[in-house]
Amino acid sequence: MDFSLNEIQLMLADSIDKFLENDYDFDTRQEHAGSDRGYSTEVWQTFAELGWTAVPFSEEDGGFDGGPIDLMVVMERFGRGLVVEPYLANIVLAGGILKRAASAEQKADWLTSIIGGELQAALAFVEPQGRYDLSDITTTAAKDGDDWVLSGHKGYVLNGRNADLIVVPARTSGDRRDEDGISLFAVRADSDGLKVRDYPTVDGHQAAELELEGVSADIIGAEGEGFAALQATIDEATLAVCAEAVGIMQVMKDKTIEYSKNRVQFGVPIGSFQALQHRMVDMLTDCEQARSLLMWATMVNAAEQDDARRAISAIKYKIGTTGRRVGEEAVQLHGGMGVTWELDIAHYFKRLIAIGQIFGNADWHLDILAA
Amino acid sequence: MKVTFSADELAFRDEVRQFFAEAYPADILDKNNRGIPLTRDDMIRSQKALHDKGWAGVNWPVEYGGTGWTPVQKYIFAIEMAEANVPAMVPFGLSMVGPVVYTFGDEAQKERFLPDILASDVWWCQGYSEPGSGSDLASLKTRADLAGDHYIVNGTKTWTTLGQYADWIFILARTNTDVARRQEGISFLLVDMSTPGVSVKPIITIEGDHEVNEVHFENVKVPIGNLVGEEGKGWTYGKVLLQHERANIAGVAESWYRLRKLKEQAGRSVRGAEPLSADRNFMRKLAEVEVELRALEYTELRTLAAVASGKAPGPESSILKIKGTEVQQAIDALYMEAAGYYALPFVQAQYEPDFAGEPVGEGAETQTSLKYFNFRKASIYGGSNEIQKNIISKHVLGL
Repeated sequence: MDFSLNEIQLMLADSIDKFLENDYDFDTRQEHAGSDRGYSTEVWQTFAELGWTAVPFSEEDGGFDGGPIDLMVVMERFGRGLVVEPYLANIVLAGGILKRAASAEQKADWLTSIIGGELQAALAFVEPQGRYDLSDITTTAAKDGDDWVLSGHKGYVLNGRNADLIVVPARTSGDRRDEDGISLFAVRADSDGLKVRDYPTVDGHQAAELELEGVSADIIGAEGEGFAALQATIDEATLAVCAEAVGIMQVMKDKTIEYSKNRVQFGVPIGSFQALQHRMVDMLTDCEQARSLLMWATMVNAAEQDDARRAISAIKYKIGTTGRRVGEEAVQLHGGMGVTWELDIAHYFKRLIAIGQIFGNADWHLDILAA
Repeated sequence: MKVTFSADELAFRDEVRQFFAEAYPADILDKNNRGIPLTRDDMIRSQKALHDKGWAGVNWPVEYGGTGWTPVQKYIFAIEMAEANVPAMVPFGLSMVGPVVYTFGDEAQKERFLPDILASDVWWCQGYSEPGSGSDLASLKTRADLAGDHYIVNGTKTWTTLGQYADWIFILARTNTDVARRQEGISFLLVDMSTPGVSVKPIITIEGDHEVNEVHFENVKVPIGNLVGEEGKGWTYGKVLLQHERANIAGVAESWYRLRKLKEQAGRSVRGAEPLSADRNFMRKLAEVEVELRALEYTELRTLAAVASGKAPGPESSILKIKGTEVQQAIDALYMEAAGYYALPFVQAQYEPDFAGEPVGEGAETQTSLKYFNFRKASIYGGSNEIQKNIISKHVLGL
């Protein structure tokens, strides 16, 4: 039992802290989010140069050999900095599915360029009718001679606007919601028959709806056996966004306490009112409890214990409930300023809410725990 | 960061497990499992069994006969103790006055009091609250007036848990009224309950039990040698004690045990009913408590790790008190809900050892509502949860 980071993790944490402090203030973030691509290609190159894009990959794949704890360190800090660059989409989702399912040749073609920051990629894990059920897949893949041809609809494809390579799970056999019969495919963004309808999301990120009509694709991994890799990738991503959320919660809590010490009404700082003090104590308690649960869930996953998946559901449920509460309280205690576009609080809040909505909301994960 | 135990820690766990299975009094475990109330003698035998093994002073320094365990060992011990359903140790001696005496007492006091506390040869109780001083403890009115080589104590203490069993009481009393701050002028005194002028009156609580008391002091002579530390510094000592109390107040191990038992129970059919595990609403509530408890467990472990690295258990231990009691009360409510109609029969006599009639309900079902009612105290005692929030607000958030 040990709660301390090792030396490498401390160095990683330190380098991200320095970057956020020196090169990534809120205005910079907003500028990136509002730019044509929705992120800064320059900053993305910096991430690659500093090795952050290599964190969750094995040395064999050209990575840093990091595990859940290393990824937690990165994501928690990206949460604090409200980083908008597509780390989740490229590294955790697209990179995650490739590292698990792709052949050595495919990894050399794609994974290496993702880690190098040259290739933008995405994983199309959502279908419009599927809600949070990963196996609810109606997109089909059929053999046309030696080629595979895909047809169907994918929703909320993170980084869909910029991705040159999209990993698309599709059904090669079985019925809707069968875990068997799901295969993984690599689709080029410029393929014939692919329509990308991209859009910004409320949290300053961007995504796309994909329509596939007879799109040629390369299969990744064994036919009909893609679900396990898909599930494992989404699990890793879920834990990663929970770490991001814990970082966001801490910032929102700290900024709220600070604000309450400076905002004067009725001739006194509003932080002197007991009605508000107790609510801020609740925010602190929620933050500490969420952080404790995150550490537990991350360690359990690092140790690959039997309850690893339940642990992910536990922390995701927690983020979906108390995370949201911390966000709502932060906005409330900031008064009118809390609902302005100008203040960073509003944007932290939107990202926190977005995290609650993806990869299964609180109810979804509570049902898993209650089963 | 890692969640697993080392080989040494696993060996320690086996040793503790084996002790409770083989060397600890089985009749006490049997009583506890059947919901039969423990007598004073049972509680003393329980603690003496631990003392004989050298495990009574869990948090005490080695030089005073403590275990010297690491935080992880203490955590393992608490978990194993709860899993064996061993009754919790009575805290007033071992967790409260003991640490105050070895931290602030003089050599004579250490020699005189600590061995008896450790061996559970003397039963202690706590005299803090007064009828007029609850959350506002510093307003306390019990006086200790110096008269030669002793103090004369007058006043009333209340909510004195198990005071009817106690040999000694530690009290906060006012030794000086001419002070700038009310917290000054309060002293920490040790009082022999057999001294003339001490009387104990029962208070029957909501569930019908005699657990707490009022203790009256009428011209009670207390030797000056029973003053701990400096006169007028009792508030400071008392606060240290309260922080110890709060750190132990989370009750994580007991809550895990009770939650696990409740889960097992939910999987079984009672009186031919469909098992509760088929009730989605109930199972969701159970899962919510489990998540909160897991978070609390790791908040406590993080706190213990910080203490082990040299930091004192500070005001943040207030979080443990708040969350710990919330979880305990949530579990109490779930047990009561699980029992349905059978939470309602008020039949305490059937849990007496000599009961010969026909019991109502299965197991200790009919005690679930009483436990629920009794444990409403948890968010009130030890500094109410609202007072804890005041403490965190002031000392952690700086508001």
